[in-house]
Amino acid sequence: MSIRLTNISKKFGQFQALSPLNLDIQEGEMIGLLGPSGSGKTTLLRIIAGLEGADSGHIHFGNRDVTQVHVRDRRVGFVFQNYALFRHMTVADNVAFGLEVIPKKQRPSVAEIQKRVSHLLEMVQLGHLAQRYPEQLSGGQKQRIALARALATQPEVLLLDEPFGALDAKVRKELRRWLRSLHDELKFTSVFVTHDQDEALELSDRVVVMSNGNIEQVNTPIELYAQPNSRFVFDFLGNVNRFEASWQQNRWTNGDAFLVPPEQAPLQQNGALYVRSHELALADKPNSQAHIPLTIVAITPVGAEVRVELAPIGWQSEELWEATFTHHHLQELGLQKGSVVYATPRTAYFFGEQGDGSPVRQSWPFLPPGSLAFDI
Amino acid sequence: MNSFKPLKVGEAPLIKWSLITLAVLLAMLLLLLPLVSIFQQAFVGGWERYIEHLSQPDSLHAIGLTLMVAALTVPINLVFGVMLAWSVTRFEFPGRKLLITLIDIPFAVSPVVAGLLYLLLYGNSGWLGAWLFEHDLQVMFAWPGILLVTIFVTCPFVARELIPLMQQQGASEEEAAVILGASWWQLFRRVTLPNIKWALIYGVILTNARAVGEFGAVAVVSGNIRGETNTLPLHVQLLYEDYQAEAAFASASLLALIALFTLMLKALVEWRQQRSLSANNNQQQSQSL
Repeated sequence: MSIRLTNISKKFGQFQALSPLNLDIQEGEMIGLLGPSGSGKTTLLRIIAGLEGADSGHIHFGNRDVTQVHVRDRRVGFVFQNYALFRHMTVADNVAFGLEVIPKKQRPSVAEIQKRVSHLLEMVQLGHLAQRYPEQLSGGQKQRIALARALATQPEVLLLDEPFGALDAKVRKELRRWLRSLHDELKFTSVFVTHDQDEALELSDRVVVMSNGNIEQVNTPIELYAQPNSRFVFDFLGNVNRFEASWQQNRWTNGDAFLVPPEQAPLQQNGALYVRSHELALADKPNSQAHIPLTIVAITPVGAEVRVELAPIGWQSEELWEATFTHHHLQELGLQKGSVVYATPRTAYFFGEQGDGSPVRQSWPFLPPGSLAFDI
Repeated sequence: MNSFKPLKVGEAPLIKWSLITLAVLLAMLLLLLPLVSIFQQAFVGGWERYIEHLSQPDSLHAIGLTLMVAALTVPINLVFGVMLAWSVTRFEFPGRKLLITLIDIPFAVSPVVAGLLYLLLYGNSGWLGAWLFEHDLQVMFAWPGILLVTIFVTCPFVARELIPLMQQQGASEEEAAVILGASWWQLFRRVTLPNIKWALIYGVILTNARAVGEFGAVAVVSGNIRGETNTLPLHVQLLYEDYQAEAAFASASLLALIALFTLMLKALVEWRQQRSLSANNNQQQSQSL
């Protein structure tokens, strides 16, 4: 079922939790609401469920206006952040609850309910735990039971609040894949809330990035990564180096460091350059276009890559810079902790002070993509 | 097992044993001795005299009135306490904090003062009392008055037990139940009530204990009419003032018995609670081994 939000807003006292916003979710889509805490993502999810009322606007499920429909009658599945399993009921009773509270006339028979429950428990691969109580389960098991319980009434909309927040990395990864395959199999429309960009990018068909009660950007994970449309989205997606620059002597300058823009016309202004860590080349001396001196403070292997942490020399950056290389490249480069290197971006995104808040993509063609420009 | 046990902070043997001895001694002297002496005094004349004292019409009436007031107070405060706890833990509204404070008034005010307030309000010259008098409804110096003050004095017990528990449990299980389609009643009966069951029983036990034993507030509004508005605690006092010490102690022993019975129930509830917790934990441990 598709979900359409029109002009939804919400205030808690004086706090504007959601500014009026619109969002269209297609049938069968999996949408990730991504944002830092306080961005309004959970409030939006609870408004879709009907656990909170919006101050303005309308919610449509398909063609049905559900704005005034009570939670009980919206028939959505909801998975709570802390699972909210009924602590005094067995796992089987938890899953059966949604079926047992159906009015007598429409309720399936006891045998039918039992059959459905054991089917659901098989689906979440926890049939052997039917007679356990929630407090006897691990976090990952609780999460799967919560999901089975939410799916028992066969909702067409499934809402998940930080579904994997409290789980360790390995279980989280397994459950993500499992949820994705379940989604593809059962074809419900799902919306989940997360503050973890990896989770949002891996799981969603489209990601909704939120901050301060506003939607910053809605896009597919690949497009979002390729074209973040604001500094916020860029910062939030992470793995990015910032060069805060003032326009002096026909180049972007920060202390002793400078960078000459490849294209001249509209960019002759103060602003910030964002450079992804894998789009940064390091050399042992500066060139005419870029003079960004850095010291290597740490070299850390991260899976298939190696992360090099860099501290600025003679210029200012709030955070350490990061560059990533493959293990193989790093060996070729022979970089060592404590060496001084000069960074050159292959690609950067420029946010001008006088711009409209969206970035201008810059490439330095003198550096062929993939080259490391390390003159030894 | 390691046979060497390091000393905990403050566990010097001398301090430890002198503290324990002192505490046990004081408990005996202040708590146990009076209790034992009540029964000793009550049975001074033997079993038959004891039964005789208790089966006098005035005594029987006092017992009956006390039990009736308790039997009415408990369900009323049960419902009231649950409603109160629910509203302050599940809803946000202006004055919520004030309401939580108001719940404690019966604990803070001396019962005698509470009795006097009711007398002022419901007595024949009071605001409500005049109207009641016109309609021939006797509240003060009759059992409805006793019931009213008893309800007043005991109303915090259930709510006070439930509020912290319900706050700690949060509303998410209830939200989950409603999303799954539960009606209000299904939600209460199948989710909320089982979660607060033990605290509720505990609150009821305390309410009952206080309802049976309340003296101060009841003394003010009852009028002490023998065989009509005398509850058991008042009866004890009247008998004692009449120099019928033995009869007074017989009635007092009944109150003490009720108190002991309440303590037993309370211990039982706590034990059940502990057991259901540890049973689950043990099961969990044996399964994870």
